[in-house]
Amino acid sequence: MTPLSRREFLTAGAAAGAGLVIGFYLPHGGAASGKNAFAPNAYLKIASDGKITIVVARSEIGQGVRTSLPMILAEELEADWKQIQIEQAGASTLYGDQSTGGSASVRTTWDPMRKAGAAAREMLISAAALEWGVPRSGCKAENSTVIHAASNRKLTYGELASKAASLPVPSDPPLKQAKDYKIVGKPMPRLDTPEKVQGKAGYGIDFRLPNMKYAVLARCPVIGGKVASFDDKESKKVSGVGYVGKIGESSVAVVADSVWGAIAGRRALNVTWDEGPNKDLNTPAIYESLKKAASGKAATLYTVGDTSKASGRRLEAAYQLPFMAHAPMEPGNCVAHFKGSSCELWAPTQVPQDVRDSVAQAIGLDPDQVKVNITLIGGGFGRRLEHDYGVEAAQVSKAIHGPVQVLWTREDDMRNSTYRPASYHHLSATLGSQGWPVAFSHRIVMPSINGQKGYPTEGGIDSELKDESSFVYAFPNAVIDYVMTETPVPLGWMRSVNALQAGFASESFMDELAAAAGKDPLEFRLHMLAEDETLNGWQSARMRGVLQLAADKAGWGKPLAAGHYQGIACFASFNTYAAEVVEVSMENDKPRVHRVVGALDCGQVINPNGLEQQIQGAIIFGLANALRAQITIDKGRIVQGNFDDYAPLRMNEAPAVEAYFVQSTESPTGAGEPPVPPVAPALCNAIYAATRKRIRSLPILG
Amino acid sequence: MADFTLRVNGSEHKVSVSPDTPLLWVLRDNLQMTGTKFGCGAGLCGACTVHVDGNATRSCSTPVSQATGKNITTIEGLSANGLHALQQAWIAEEVPQCGYCQPGQIMSAAALLAKTAQPSDDQITQAMSGNICRCGTYDRIRRAIHRAAGNGGAQ
Repeated sequence: MTPLSRREFLTAGAAAGAGLVIGFYLPHGGAASGKNAFAPNAYLKIASDGKITIVVARSEIGQGVRTSLPMILAEELEADWKQIQIEQAGASTLYGDQSTGGSASVRTTWDPMRKAGAAAREMLISAAALEWGVPRSGCKAENSTVIHAASNRKLTYGELASKAASLPVPSDPPLKQAKDYKIVGKPMPRLDTPEKVQGKAGYGIDFRLPNMKYAVLARCPVIGGKVASFDDKESKKVSGVGYVGKIGESSVAVVADSVWGAIAGRRALNVTWDEGPNKDLNTPAIYESLKKAASGKAATLYTVGDTSKASGRRLEAAYQLPFMAHAPMEPGNCVAHFKGSSCELWAPTQVPQDVRDSVAQAIGLDPDQVKVNITLIGGGFGRRLEHDYGVEAAQVSKAIHGPVQVLWTREDDMRNSTYRPASYHHLSATLGSQGWPVAFSHRIVMPSINGQKGYPTEGGIDSELKDESSFVYAFPNAVIDYVMTETPVPLGWMRSVNALQAGFASESFMDELAAAAGKDPLEFRLHMLAEDETLNGWQSARMRGVLQLAADKAGWGKPLAAGHYQGIACFASFNTYAAEVVEVSMENDKPRVHRVVGALDCGQVINPNGLEQQIQGAIIFGLANALRAQITIDKGRIVQGNFDDYAPLRMNEAPAVEAYFVQSTESPTGAGEPPVPPVAPALCNAIYAATRKRIRSLPILG
Repeated sequence: MADFTLRVNGSEHKVSVSPDTPLLWVLRDNLQMTGTKFGCGAGLCGACTVHVDGNATRSCSTPVSQATGKNITTIEGLSANGLHALQQAWIAEEVPQCGYCQPGQIMSAAALLAKTAQPSDDQITQAMSGNICRCGTYDRIRRAIHRAAGNGGAQ
């Protein structure tokens, strides 16, 4: 397959055997575009038996892309939904960018998916018209069939596929009007549900190769430390343990015939660690250094007017958030099979190409010699954007010259993860004579994920942080600025990324301002959004829309059960507008969350069923973050290890969650992450309503 | 190493493993039944839930030596055709997101329904709070249990 220019992103050919294949390019949300960026990275195949297959490399991490992406294509294709199946592609040099992240899968594939479906539909109609010798205009496509009404003739897509393959691909096929949609916008059952409830779904951890060994690694407990020496005498006495050896600078692998053998072998292993430069690192010192950095030099992210010229009543507050861990249910794992001049991996990854490239570098192969297959993934929340488990598996496989699964235990995952950065926020505002804010400042102090990973941060700005710390309110004077700090604690992208920290600080502070002005928090926000305008790329009307929708559905301002209080917050991120109302009561000084109403405006909704799942899941995730999620460090070591000291929400704490969304025909935008940021501020604002106590530091139960 | 005979989903299996091996790893590595999931290894998350003589049991914290001579049921054997009332309800209510925890959730729910045919919301909460779902599917899990219990989601 030769690389194509952007204009020629659609390409057709005959399928192996018979049928039609259309290759197309799905861009990723990020700016990254490697040398293969214009090569097709997705394929639509229509076989002569009528089966329709979409080959796509977007990873299924629970967000439902294996259903939503085919829906988009099927709509334009006028396909019989029951004939569609999705095939998971892996990393290959034949494919363009294949990352899954940034709530980008739907918003970046909406146009190309529609276009590919429409192009195939037009070609199938043309093929039928040629077959019958009738004008195209008399033919229409419906339910995987082309119909010529005048003569009452029909041909199925399967019957037409081979002929269609010989026709030119239209570069600009007509797209359907939203009012004619039959699939998009209708709640569709997910295609992968039955196998998941029967225990048949194969995740990365379930993948097996003949003669495959299992490995666990002893990793230096101190961040940045190394292996000084190790003694494997006791380890090798454990039944089934074979190879024990150093992997990289900071870990020792124990390989056995079974997972349990490897775990037992690791327990018997004796490693002396070189604890390195971070052996005295601890959380209080990290918070202290963030606070100290707040008075340093800051890079401006957004500015309006001049905050120093505003006069009136001045308020200020400081907020703080901890490191957090993704803790997906499926712990890290990867199967690798090194064969001398090639290596094949089966990885639960969102970034197959990055895994491929990191593996190639780590084991001294060319990227073309490494093949990465993507497995089904047991949750990610950003953790599968790292490459560590893939690299380790390849290294161990190379060491033993055979197939191996590297498995991380829960403690391995908790203590060797990449973490949402801890942050410090200084906010100040001036209220004018009517009580409305005439100036608003937010200084964000935190390390940069991109900076730590070596991506460009020009002018001291992490571009993702900038995108995720925007505001929609029409402050006459405002400044958002950023002090980039450094930390040895490994950082990673975690669901909603920097929007969580930015949203918590700014939307809690907005509530402080409303309280200081003696105004209703909803009215206060709506006032600052009252004029229809576009600010920082955001439309005030759409933010107003979700605030009003959440408030109406939650019965904002209406009487509640005795002892119940509500809090509200809104935040825009990943091109989507989100507002939430949280209802709490206090029991023994602790909040009990009874109900959360979430409203989202993410443009055209593809699958309302999947969207409701995403909103509900994001709210539960956001509540866990707000209430308890906290990674702390003592003597350079991550303290938390399992679900007892890093406890997600369980059913006994889970409130009723109601998900609403705005009906819209705007292009679809992110859904998996945007509902997260409003949760913590809405919850803390509800606690304030109940107690008059302001929570400025997470976790609430910390 | 020692030899054990396990009765899993109605069939006898002989395995030779260390006696402290958790049942979870015997199911997954020796018997190739990977529907039962590893989540925490400490009985905290419920992803590894199976039935031992009808009781919901965390297989990650149950040594194989304690499981011999008992009737073990895994997600693979919950029903002959994969269509236990709960599995059907899980499909009807579209419960799973990533789906990783769901075999364990279903096994916990099945043990509940076997003893309490029409559980109340409180009984569901009590029986299910040992199972963590990071995707946050709790609302739909509750609805699915009510549906399987035949009361269509009544509280």
